[in-house]
Amino acid sequence: MSMPFGYASPEQIMRDKADYARKGIARGRSVVVLQYEDGILFVAPNPSRALHKISEIYDRIGFAAVGRYNEFEELRLGGIRYADINGYTYDRSDVTGRGLANLYASNLGRIFTESIKSLEVEVVVAEVGDVPDGDAIYRLTFDGSVFDEHGFAAMGGQADAVGTRLKEGYRESMPLADALEVALTALTEPGGERPPVGQLEVAVLDRNREHRKFQRLVGPRLERLLAARPGAAAGSPLEADDSASDTPPPTAPEGDLDDGSPPL
Amino acid sequence: MASHRDLPVGLMDQLFHNTGSSSFTEFVGSHAPGLLPVRGEILATPIGDQVPHATTIVAATFAGGVVMAGDRRATSGNIISQRDVEKVFRTDDYSCMGIAGTASTGIEMARLYRVELEHYEKLEGRTLSVNGKANRLAAMIRGNLAMAMQGLVVVPLFAAYDAERDGGRIFSYDVAGGPYERDRFDAIGSGSIFARGSLKKLYRDGASAGDMAMTLIQALYDAADDDSATGGPDVTRKIWPIVSVIDADGFRRLPEEEVTGYVEQMLEARLISPDGPIAPLR
Repeated sequence: MSMPFGYASPEQIMRDKADYARKGIARGRSVVVLQYEDGILFVAPNPSRALHKISEIYDRIGFAAVGRYNEFEELRLGGIRYADINGYTYDRSDVTGRGLANLYASNLGRIFTESIKSLEVEVVVAEVGDVPDGDAIYRLTFDGSVFDEHGFAAMGGQADAVGTRLKEGYRESMPLADALEVALTALTEPGGERPPVGQLEVAVLDRNREHRKFQRLVGPRLERLLAARPGAAAGSPLEADDSASDTPPPTAPEGDLDDGSPPL
Repeated sequence: MASHRDLPVGLMDQLFHNTGSSSFTEFVGSHAPGLLPVRGEILATPIGDQVPHATTIVAATFAGGVVMAGDRRATSGNIISQRDVEKVFRTDDYSCMGIAGTASTGIEMARLYRVELEHYEKLEGRTLSVNGKANRLAAMIRGNLAMAMQGLVVVPLFAAYDAERDGGRIFSYDVAGGPYERDRFDAIGSGSIFARGSLKKLYRDGASAGDMAMTLIQALYDAADDDSATGGPDVTRKIWPIVSVIDADGFRRLPEEEVTGYVEQMLEARLISPDGPIAPLR
């Protein structure tokens, strides 16, 4: 029997799907997750204040994502349901980042193999421990692969370049202001302008907090932290904010591909 | 049930089903109903006195917040079943609840209620309004009515900091639900009559958090003085009431040392004047 006209080999299909997903993810902006002395820091340039890329899943677990908003939002909601139902069934301490990463991995993997279109998302699940050695950062890609990252992770946009800059700047047990500085340096192209403070989404999992470790850093606290960074005098992000207020934040996706909804 | 079309292709897991509601209880009801406290069953005989009962909880507002305190006794009939039970629970960053009635049912309810509040907050990215929280608790108590009729009564007292008013608010309930918002202070449980009488005379508008904590400790002592099911300060074992404060900075349970200070101060004064502080007549 001859091959039907539209035949494509499984290898070709997988490659096409992966290329499609990679393109989608690379169109957005990067997100950076890294350890600092008191826990884990999340930094994402995000012009929207309502549509979050970073959020709380459970007492010690945070979530960051890049790619298509509606897709990773569904993952986020499912993760919260998973965590709450397990914490209620057993004990709050029995909800782990590893369990959540496995749930996401199995779903992402199944979608990648079974659906025509894989999810155009990349996700980080981070868990803060009682001591720095107990911290965990899991990065999950669109095909369900899990990477147990040590210290830091970058994803979305020019992830490789951002990851390289992050690796250069990263040190163990940095204070929060230093970690934020490293993250912003990594997110900014050499010679480029830093994202203004109003367009930054920053959150921490702080092991010293009681009950719920996740906290968003906004407003004056974030401005103070940015001002406290080494060498803050030149090109302060506060000034950048003033100049940026004339031009509205971009609403259209960057890049030339446009198939409907903007990736965040 | 939401249709699969609401989901990105492939997310078939029930956990990824959008139930159209941000309520944890509703989600568990459809996903794993066995986990919820069973409401439908009828007990062969009422078991009122055979299970531990929590007793007195008091709460009062102060300038910029609210304080809640509870004694430490649980009783089964005439037996003291526990001396150091904890009956005041943090429910989220800006609210707490105290329970009176069947201890086990109350603890389970507090656990579910905490998840309920946080679940909404995480899904929606905003906290429930204080009225929303109070109404949600009313629905949970209403759901327990059948069990209450069988002797498993639980009645909570709910207190929250309301950022819009920059002040504390107190809500009480009955076995069929509620909520009933209370002005300034309220008490629940077997010793509540005496505690409320005491609070009536000792409550001062515009007091500080520390003064109000002292007022509540006095009220609990007065309740324990006249009600056998309410535990007074256990001097030999150093078991003091649990006192929690909620203000603009959020919920905090007062540290042991601070409560010890208040209790010792009160006990010293009561050695001279056993009935406690005397309110001015005019």
